[in-house]
Amino acid sequence: MARAYTPKVLTANRLLEGDVIYYGTNDDWVLAHDEALYLTDEVQANDLLAAAHKQAGFLVGAYLADAILEDGKPVPTHFREDFRTRGPSNYDHGKQAEV
Amino acid sequence: MYSYNEFDKDFIQNRVHQFRAQVERRVDGSLTEDEFKPLRLMNGLYLQLHAYMLRVAIPYGTLNGAKMRQLAFIADKWDKGYGHFTTRQNIQYNWPKLSDVPDMLQALADVDMHAIQTSGNCIRNVTADHFAGAAADEVEDPRPTAELLRQWSTDHPEFAFLGRKFKFAVTGSENDRAVIKAHDVGLRVVRNQTGEIGYEVIIGGGLGRTPMIGKVLREFLPRADLLPYCEAIMQVYNALGRRDNKYKARIKITVHENGIEKIKELVEERFIVQREAFGGYDQVLFADIKAAFAAPDYINAYTDGFEASVKTDPALRSFVDTNLSQHKKSDYAIVTISIKKHGQTPGDATSDQMRVMADLAEKYGHDELRISHEQNVILPHVHKSHIPAIYAELRKVELATANIGLISDIIACPGMDYCALATARSIPIAQQIATRFDELKLENDIGELKIKISGCINACGHHHVGHIGILGLDRAGVESYQITLGGDGTQTATIGKSAGRGFSYSEIVPAIERLVYAYLDIRQNTEETFLETYRRLGLEPFKAALYPETRIAAE
Repeated sequence: MARAYTPKVLTANRLLEGDVIYYGTNDDWVLAHDEALYLTDEVQANDLLAAAHKQAGFLVGAYLADAILEDGKPVPTHFREDFRTRGPSNYDHGKQAEV
Repeated sequence: MYSYNEFDKDFIQNRVHQFRAQVERRVDGSLTEDEFKPLRLMNGLYLQLHAYMLRVAIPYGTLNGAKMRQLAFIADKWDKGYGHFTTRQNIQYNWPKLSDVPDMLQALADVDMHAIQTSGNCIRNVTADHFAGAAADEVEDPRPTAELLRQWSTDHPEFAFLGRKFKFAVTGSENDRAVIKAHDVGLRVVRNQTGEIGYEVIIGGGLGRTPMIGKVLREFLPRADLLPYCEAIMQVYNALGRRDNKYKARIKITVHENGIEKIKELVEERFIVQREAFGGYDQVLFADIKAAFAAPDYINAYTDGFEASVKTDPALRSFVDTNLSQHKKSDYAIVTISIKKHGQTPGDATSDQMRVMADLAEKYGHDELRISHEQNVILPHVHKSHIPAIYAELRKVELATANIGLISDIIACPGMDYCALATARSIPIAQQIATRFDELKLENDIGELKIKISGCINACGHHHVGHIGILGLDRAGVESYQITLGGDGTQTATIGKSAGRGFSYSEIVPAIERLVYAYLDIRQNTEETFLETYRRLGLEPFKAALYPETRIAAE
C-alpha cells in the first residue's frame, strides 16, 4: 500500500532580502508560517514547487517542508523549520522582530 | 602592516565592479541562481537560514583602527549594528540584502578589504598566530609568510577550482596558537642547527567529519623554497585528490589514503620542477613584505603607575591576570579583549564596541588589532603604562570581561541560529554554559578549560580540539549534543574522544556542570588543569560523572 503523503508547506527565501517566505493561500508569498497554504496533495505540492522554481527573479531555494495542522493552521514538524519561522534565538532579529 | 599597492587596489576594485554587474544580471533575470551562486560564493556571499551572510576576509587576522572602524560603519549602514568574528579570523555580517552587497564590498575596498576567497573550493584566507609580531616565544613574525601566501594564492588560476576548499595556517612560535596541525597545510617558522630560518611543513590536518592531525611533510624547508614547494603540494593534491565524493575530497583524505611517504615522494618530485619556474622574484617580494611588517616604534615609559594600579584595583588585577600575555618587550603586554561577556554571543561585537577597539588601537596600540581564531580581539602592542586606561575604556562598553582561557571563553559556531548547514544550535549552549558558571562563581577556580561547540559535523567550532568538545546533531528530529573530551589544538594537538551517548538541549548544560564538578573533585591539586587531569586519568571518571545512571546500574 502506498504511504500516505506527509503534508507540506512550500517555502523559499526572497531573492533580494534573503528572508524566509511561504506560499500563501491567495496564490501569493507570505512571511508567516501560519498563513502558508497547507498542502495535502502531492501532485499539487509538486506542481507549485515546479512553478516556484520558475520565479527566479523573486525567490531562491524553494522546497517543500513537512508540516502538521494545529488549530487549523500549519505548524512545522522539524525544529529547523520552526527556527526558520522566527529568526535566531540570541537576538530579536529576523522574522520574530518583524512579523 | 602590509599596505595594498596599486595592483592589489585595482584587483579588488575590479572585483567590486564585476560583482555589482553580476548582481544586476541576477536581479534582471540574465543569470539563473545556478549561474549566480558560484559567483556570489567567490565573493563571500552565502544564503543562510534567515538571510544572506557576507564573510569578509581579515588576512591573518590583522587589521588597524581604520579598517575596524569601517567594519563598524558597514554593520550600522547595511546590517543590524554588529558583526560576528569567526574561527577563521574573519568577520561575518548576518543580515545583508543582496542589492546592498556591492556597496558593502565597495566600502571594504575603500579600506583595502574584501570578501574574496572566503568561500568556494579555492585556497582560503590564510590564518596566522594572533600574537604574531608580539609574542615573546616567537622565532619570527609569521605574517610576512602569510602575506606572501595570500598574494601567491589570490586568484591563482591553477587553484581556483580545487576538489575542495584548502586552508593554510602559519605560526612563528613553538607554542602553536594557530592550530596549524588541523589545517590542510600548516607552516611553522623554525631555525635549523646552523641558524637558518625556514619552515616545518605539516600537511593533511583537518577537523570536520573525519578529524585528523596533520603529519610532517618536511622538517625543514628553506625559506626560498616555500612557494615552489607549496605549489608542488597543491599540484599533487589537485591531481590526486578525490572528486568523486565531497566528503573524501580534502587533502587529509588524500594523505590518509596514499600515505605520507607517497605524498612526500610526489611532492618532492614535483618540487624540483616547480623550483625551476620560480626565478627568485618571490624572495625579492618577500623582503619588501617583511619590511612592511617592521616592529612598531615602541615607546619608553615608566611602568610604576601600572604596577601600583594593579595592586590597588582587584578588578584590574583580575583582568591583568587573565587577559594579558607576555610580549617580547618586557615593558609591553599583549591584551586580549574578550568578545565573550557572560551570556553574550561568542564573537559578536557591536559597532560601538568596534569603534572603541579602533580608538584604543590608534591611541594606545600602535594602530594594530588582531582577530583570534578563538573569536576574541587583540591589542598586540600595549605599553603597560596604558593598561589601566584601556581597561577603563573597555569597561564602558562591556568589553572588559576577565575570562580569557577560562570556561566561558567558548568557541561557538553560528549553528542553527544562522547557518544553513547546521544540525543544531550552538550559540544558546555557549550562552547558558557561560551564564551558569558565572553564577556558580567557579570560573577562576576551574582555571584553564577550553570548551568548543560546533552545530554540525563540519566542525567550524573546532569541537574536536576542545578540552571539552560539544557537537550538536539532529537525532530523529531532536537536537542532540555529543561530548568529546581531551582534545587539544596546540602544538600537542589531539583529537578528543567521544564520551558516549548524546544529551538533549535541556540536558547538555547540566551534563557539562557534572563533568566540571568531577574534575574539581579528582584533580590532584589546583594547579592541575582539566586537560592534565584527563590525560592522567582518561575518560572513565568523566564518563561516570556524565552518566551517573550507568554507574548506579553497575552497582
